[in-house]
Amino acid sequence: MKCQYCHNPDTWNFDGGKEMTVEEVLSEIEPYLNYYRSSGGGLTISGGEPTLQAAFVAEIFRAVKERWGLHTTLDSNGFNNPEKIQYLMDVTDLVLLDIKHIDNDKHKVLTGVSNEQTLRTAQWLSEHGKKMWIRHVFVPGIHEDENNLRDLGSFIGTLQGVEKFEILPYHQMGIYKWKELGREYPLEGVPSPTDEQVQRAYKLIEEGRSMQTI
Amino acid sequence: MSVIEKEITGANSEAWRGFKAGKWTNHVDTKNFIDENITPYTGSEEFLEGPTQNTTDLWKIVSQLSKEERERGGVWDVDVNTPGSITSHGAGYLDKAKEQIVGVQTDAPFKRAIQPYGGIRMVIDACKAYGFEVPDAIVDTFTNVRKTHNQGVFDAYTPEIRAARKSGIVTGLPDAYGRGRIIGDYRRVALYGVDFLMKQKQREHNETVGDGMDENTIRLREEISEQYRALGELKEMAKMHGMDISKPAANAKEAFQWLYFGYLAAVKEQNGAAMSLGRVSSFLDIYVQRDLAEGTLTEQTAQELVDHFVMKLRIVKFLRTPDYNELFSGDPTWVTESIGGMSVDGTTRVTKSSFRFLHTLYNLGPAPEPNLTVLWSEQLPEAFKKYCAKVSIESSSIQYENDDLMRPIYGDDYGIACCVSAMRIGKQMQFFGARANLAKTLLYAINGGKDEKSGEQIGPEYPAITSEYLDYDEVMKRYTPMMEWLSKVYLNALNIIHYMHDKYSYERIEMALHDRDILRTMACGIAGLSVTADSLSAIKYAKVKPIRNEQGIAIDFEIEGEYPCYGNNDDRVDQIAVQLVEKFMGMIRKHKTYRDSMPTQSVLTITSNVVYGKKTGTTPDGRKAGEPFAPGANPMHGRDKKGALASLSSVAKLPYEESLDGISNTFSIVPKALGKEEETRKSNLVAMLDGYFGSNAHHLNVNVFDREQLMDAMEHPENYPQLTIRVSGYAVNFIKLTREQQMDVINRTFHSNM
Repeated sequence: MKCQYCHNPDTWNFDGGKEMTVEEVLSEIEPYLNYYRSSGGGLTISGGEPTLQAAFVAEIFRAVKERWGLHTTLDSNGFNNPEKIQYLMDVTDLVLLDIKHIDNDKHKVLTGVSNEQTLRTAQWLSEHGKKMWIRHVFVPGIHEDENNLRDLGSFIGTLQGVEKFEILPYHQMGIYKWKELGREYPLEGVPSPTDEQVQRAYKLIEEGRSMQTI
Repeated sequence: MSVIEKEITGANSEAWRGFKAGKWTNHVDTKNFIDENITPYTGSEEFLEGPTQNTTDLWKIVSQLSKEERERGGVWDVDVNTPGSITSHGAGYLDKAKEQIVGVQTDAPFKRAIQPYGGIRMVIDACKAYGFEVPDAIVDTFTNVRKTHNQGVFDAYTPEIRAARKSGIVTGLPDAYGRGRIIGDYRRVALYGVDFLMKQKQREHNETVGDGMDENTIRLREEISEQYRALGELKEMAKMHGMDISKPAANAKEAFQWLYFGYLAAVKEQNGAAMSLGRVSSFLDIYVQRDLAEGTLTEQTAQELVDHFVMKLRIVKFLRTPDYNELFSGDPTWVTESIGGMSVDGTTRVTKSSFRFLHTLYNLGPAPEPNLTVLWSEQLPEAFKKYCAKVSIESSSIQYENDDLMRPIYGDDYGIACCVSAMRIGKQMQFFGARANLAKTLLYAINGGKDEKSGEQIGPEYPAITSEYLDYDEVMKRYTPMMEWLSKVYLNALNIIHYMHDKYSYERIEMALHDRDILRTMACGIAGLSVTADSLSAIKYAKVKPIRNEQGIAIDFEIEGEYPCYGNNDDRVDQIAVQLVEKFMGMIRKHKTYRDSMPTQSVLTITSNVVYGKKTGTTPDGRKAGEPFAPGANPMHGRDKKGALASLSSVAKLPYEESLDGISNTFSIVPKALGKEEETRKSNLVAMLDGYFGSNAHHLNVNVFDREQLMDAMEHPENYPQLTIRVSGYAVNFIKLTREQQMDVINRTFHSNM
């Protein structure tokens, strides 16, 4: 997925970054076990898209569970079929799932791909008793449609195991990275949403959700 | 099974009614009184009350006076005619009818006294800077009739010490101002009344005879006489306010007032750099509890006592020069109050009054003084931890120190003097030693003892390094003897200073509230730790080429390649920092100290990191000449790039046992990095503190704000009269900082992720 509002387009390039072994990653975590314990927190792996390196992530999750009993969280766009990466899902305690848009056509414009797999992933997690948080970036002009917001709500209403739903108000912090990469920023001039816009969206989504559960 | 309590009889039975008797009843033993009578509190803050109308009215007067003080250039008024002493000035009031706790340092609030026993020059300069003039008669008295501490010190300084002082390789020495950092056990005044304490001193005097009149015995006899006399003056001072404090306080209001009189006498007599209060809140809580039970106090009137007491602590004022303000910016007084912590028996020292003291930051708004210091333990009640986190997030006004680290050393009745210096209250004091500049010493090692700024030979004339690139082993070979030299000059200076301070500017009333036999520490300190560690790391892991001037002095450095920076939890450089701390402490221990005091050191700069930076040329880590150091034990600004926890972890490695006078770390995090919701932020901050202190770290100043807010305050100071931030070991009113110091604060690392 290549979202127009991506705040870390520098992670798109598969040749970028630094190669590390599982042990190297674990040795970066170990010094902070005090903090993991005191916060009752755990390990979250995000990206980029972590399921693109599912085997590697699974190995890390398995190791931190075995060695230190840490909670594991996967921050994913759900574009990868969970059937195929079940071994990763087995060692994941919580999935942070981004739904970029509920309307498939708009999803395609925004990210370049269809949202069908993401929604299927959500259903799969629901059916398999997995815990998830659903997150939805809100961009003014792109996510404002009343019906879309209600639809999103009623979709979420069909799911089990949703511990939390949150709107992530769009921010422009990623712009400089697009510029550094010499890319044109597709959302040039789009402001962050106001508090009122965000509250309205929450309200509409909640309406959709409660209609579904009734 | 019921325990039959021994009823307290005798002269004090009325004042001590309802208290559980113990060792404290017959001997001065405040700790034992607290042990026997404290009511630990593990609940939440929901019982707290807002300010009374009187509190709000009084705070308005203080705010107005603060505004006028700023408009008058920083000083509201000075009484130039009357050298300050315990009884020098009559009573002064904000509004007598409304004040629960009374007494200010002169006959009017905000009017500063002159305190010339430390040095007359400082008084003349300070007065002149603010548009006042000291009468000739007073100048004459303190020049020709009564010798001052400052004059005594300069009579004994060697040329070598003078040169080191001038070049700034040692700076901030208390040779022209009061050394401070002594905490009287002011609680004793409330618990025992002054007569009991005078009787005790009389007895100590009788017992100080020894086998012969050697110098130590003579000095101690003279000091105890002075202490006795000071206690008499304390009673006299209270009388000026219409109160008799010869007997113990009989209720909470009296306990607050008696205790405050003890402290007031100290700040009338001494203009010490840090005039810390000790650990009074849970002591006072015992009186509050009793009055609440007796029905003579309500939660609202109890909070009012705390608010009015704290208000008085907020307006302690000293007359100081602008030079001094460069070292200790924002007019700090370090009225440090240590709150919380655990008892040795495993119960908590947190009481409802621990909450009440923190709550003054809401009732009166944020403020830098008193310097509220939470003694943090993993075992603290969860609700108290959460409340502290809330206060930090909303006010950035408190600091934290590791009780689990200090309690095994100092027990459960210690307090913090100044920023990070722990001492058992009434049983320990320190000789404050400012600090030596390790970064400049490294340059001396490279340049054969020549000063990189003046070109003068200040250090010993060891061979300079002449190679094209700096070699780590060679640099270390030159650095070690230069550090040895520094430690010797430094200790010589401190021994002279404290000898003279005892002689000419003795802290009579503060020491009267100590036992006779106390532990004294010689509290040395180091500045520039992170600059030095990074410089050595650059020399070791990158290639560093000195650029030399025509005199052959390295005035700049070219760095080729990358090197690990302190503050990223990378042992390659963190261990260099650890070794520097251990190494210098080892050198300090080699020297003889005045009054056989125990040598210690701190990694603390207060705000003098700016001045130290100014006096130091370009360093091999790439820091340019004149640029500030990082404060205290902090990583250099912007170089701790791996997030908040990595930065904290590097600092936590510094060994406390090699730096018993404290290791200061000032930390700023943007609110968002702690989480989105208030509850999450609180629990994340609590977890961060538990994790950090669980790694044996010593101290943390916590600031929670965005850089943009500070930048706005720089442009519109009028909108931020009470904006408070934590700097190195104390809090400061942001708008009182010089522009340079404001920029320094803004340039520090603001962690935007964990």
